[in-house]
Amino acid sequence: MNGLIHSEYPRETADYTHAGEASADIKRQLRQLGVSANVMRRVAVASYEVELNLVIHSEGGVLTLDVFPDRVVLVSKDRGPGIPDVEMAMREGYSTANEEARALGFGAGMGLPNMKRNADGFEITSQVGVGTEIRMMFMLQ
Amino acid sequence: MTVHELKELLNARNLTETLPEDAEVTCGYSCDLLSWVMSHGESGMAWATVQTHMNVVAVAVLADMACVVLPEDVEMEKEVLQKAENEGIVILSSPLTSYEICGKMYERQIPAHT
Repeated sequence: MNGLIHSEYPRETADYTHAGEASADIKRQLRQLGVSANVMRRVAVASYEVELNLVIHSEGGVLTLDVFPDRVVLVSKDRGPGIPDVEMAMREGYSTANEEARALGFGAGMGLPNMKRNADGFEITSQVGVGTEIRMMFMLQ
Repeated sequence: MTVHELKELLNARNLTETLPEDAEVTCGYSCDLLSWVMSHGESGMAWATVQTHMNVVAVAVLADMACVVLPEDVEMEKEVLQKAENEGIVILSSPLTSYEICGKMYERQIPAHT
């Protein structure tokens, strides 16, 4: 199926100044397409969480947006360090964020659960020393 | 209640002077943990926080909030205010504490949720 939009947003470790810009751009693109407010908001929340995760936890990575006629797909792929216990990381309130991130008001341990709650489909795979991949899907109808 | 009326109610200053104050405030919230706000933020919200960095603007934009209220005359850096103006997010600064801000909004029947 042909995609309507394909955008890639590279994110670097601890770049808090630009964190949120990818999500804002994603939201703008969906608004231009006339996507409903409910879907747009859920995609925006999930993309912000995953974008922040790249900045806070990863050694850098890329967030990719693909919009198809019937769905929106967000994929985040990073270069490490990988999550040793994914099940634990999915629990609300569990966080490994550092002091810098916490001082900015992050690290509540809500990121991954919040992504899962907002997406219609959510998959996470992670390998220590390799990296983490998160795939989310949002139905447009 | 409009953002302008909220500004008067809280004896606040609009730090983003170029922005209109006509947006409707439909609910209120107070929290300084951004990832928490991200999961509970709603459109039309007036959000009280002492956080003042770039990501405050990002969260407010993504949740379609009406405005951000900084308590206790907290100031925001120029470049963050510039970002808020570019994104159309009104930033108010009030001499009141977060507790008083919420109390006044609640008294005027601004709910926690829309």
